[in-house]
Amino acid sequence: MAVPSAAVQPRPSILSRSLSSLAESRNALGFGFMLPAAALLLVFLTYPLGLGVWLGFTDARIGRPGIFIGLENYEYLWSDAVFWLSVFNTLLYTISASILKFALGLWLALILNQNLPFKSFFRAIVLLPWVVPTVLSAIAFWWIYDAQFSILSWALQQMGLIDHRINFLGDPTNARASVIAANVWRGIPFVAITLLAGLQTIPQSLYEAATLDGASRWQLFRYVTLPLLTPIIAITMTFSVLFTFTDFQLIYVLTRGGPVNATHLMATLSFQRGISGGQLGEGAAIAVAMIPFLLAAILFSYFGLQRRKWQQGGGD
Amino acid sequence: MTAIAKTKRPELDEGGMGYLQSLPRRVVTVYLPLLVFVIVLLFPFYWMTITAVKPNLEMTDYANFNPFWVVHPTLEHIRYLLFDTSYPGWLLNTVIISTAATFLSLLAAVFAAYAIERLRFSGARQVGLAVFLAYLVPPSILFIPLSVMVFNLGLYDTPFALILTYPTFLIPFCTWLLMGYFRSIPFELEECALIDGASRWQILTKIVLPLSVPGLISAGIFAFTLSWNEFIYALTFIQSSENKTVPVGVLTELVRSDVYEWGALMAGALIGSLPVVVLYSFFVEHYVSSMTGAVKE
Repeated sequence: MAVPSAAVQPRPSILSRSLSSLAESRNALGFGFMLPAAALLLVFLTYPLGLGVWLGFTDARIGRPGIFIGLENYEYLWSDAVFWLSVFNTLLYTISASILKFALGLWLALILNQNLPFKSFFRAIVLLPWVVPTVLSAIAFWWIYDAQFSILSWALQQMGLIDHRINFLGDPTNARASVIAANVWRGIPFVAITLLAGLQTIPQSLYEAATLDGASRWQLFRYVTLPLLTPIIAITMTFSVLFTFTDFQLIYVLTRGGPVNATHLMATLSFQRGISGGQLGEGAAIAVAMIPFLLAAILFSYFGLQRRKWQQGGGD
Repeated sequence: MTAIAKTKRPELDEGGMGYLQSLPRRVVTVYLPLLVFVIVLLFPFYWMTITAVKPNLEMTDYANFNPFWVVHPTLEHIRYLLFDTSYPGWLLNTVIISTAATFLSLLAAVFAAYAIERLRFSGARQVGLAVFLAYLVPPSILFIPLSVMVFNLGLYDTPFALILTYPTFLIPFCTWLLMGYFRSIPFELEECALIDGASRWQILTKIVLPLSVPGLISAGIFAFTLSWNEFIYALTFIQSSENKTVPVGVLTELVRSDVYEWGALMAGALIGSLPVVVLYSFFVEHYVSSMTGAVKE
């Protein structure tokens, strides 16, 4: 690691020394290094966030800057049954998909944590649904859920479990279950692989000690695995909940909110009213209405993480 | 005891207490569920592939042909897709946009991560937290105001609309990932270089960056995959068919209201997935370890 050329540098003059000390000063240099990222994020993330809140208070349409109308958009949404339906759908979608993703993902992680032949191979292929573009896998699900030629209906009919084709996306209840299933399919790998990473950090000796103390398999899971896995579960599920709550692509491909708005999420309703319908102000108001839910999820997880510091004996 | 000894095979030794389970029990608790998981997780890909090469006649005739197999595979759908639609153009657009957005974001993220993690300027912790929070801002609440901005800036329906907006989710992600990576490089190396008279710039380009090539690769792959998969901005900011990206093009141009070209759709989905899958399979170890590393903090 020798840098011999540095040794023969001439003694710097006062001016160049003060210049270089400025360049070496942490704050000036830090500012310079942060500049590209900060500029891009301030212009294309922070500013639009503020603009979105502002648009929610205007009656802007596509091609016409709006004027301030106060809470009118929100008052309208408050009395709009479709909006409340979309809130209900979003909560239903998020909660049921997250629970399923967590349960199945944890199960898969526990399986992959066993000694398996071709372990890394399984780990690799299990991640595939997460790598492939959501829209493209959603199109595959669209075909799987086709009303006439659904392979699922056909297979179930061949097995004699059903006697007529299932209308996967045409019936409100079925459509909700179908989009949740597709979302779970895509979300399991992420949960499984991150939880697997958490599982691999748990020392085997803890299990051995617990087994010597006569712990059953359930007790091993309940009193060793679960407590040590809690922090990573908190992070993983926060991400999972946030991304599920703001999901747009899957619904847009599979149902576009139908049938009779039964699968409209807040994000798709915002797109439909704001972009397709041209009512930018109203669309922005729907998007802004998602923020309290997101903040609640983040705060919930933040306090979950606080507890973990305390659990590990760290300072408050 | 003998039963345990019998099932204990040498290669199971490293795995703690795995040998305590008998083989039949392992089949029920491990192999069977794993098989079901793998089948369910991979079936849509199989179905995509088989549909893409299936002639239309077989595709809808379940009575005479087993739908799980294809009797006379055809490349007709793929030919149609590549020569009779704008698909190759969408592929090219997606490659250009993803590469440019990835490059831009990596460049910004390297500097930002180094500044936050190693320069430790005053307020670095707060900035680090802000970057993390920026990652949690979802595109679903930004696309309406961004579309207004994109329109006012005259970027509507150009690739620049996407190249400039993708970094909003790529920079926080890459910065966060690289911060973790830089943290693993020992401080002593930098102190050595400082004593030898290296400037901060020399430290970054000659010491830190060469050591973080694996981190840069995984951040780059992640960023490229995320841009490739992006949908809502591309759907909102791009209007004309020739400027669309693959996910948007396949969904909006190949789906005609009257008849669904399932073969071409599936071929489009398959070919559109291939680049990220190939990229992923080359770097799968990087991918898994950095993904888990990023979540582990």
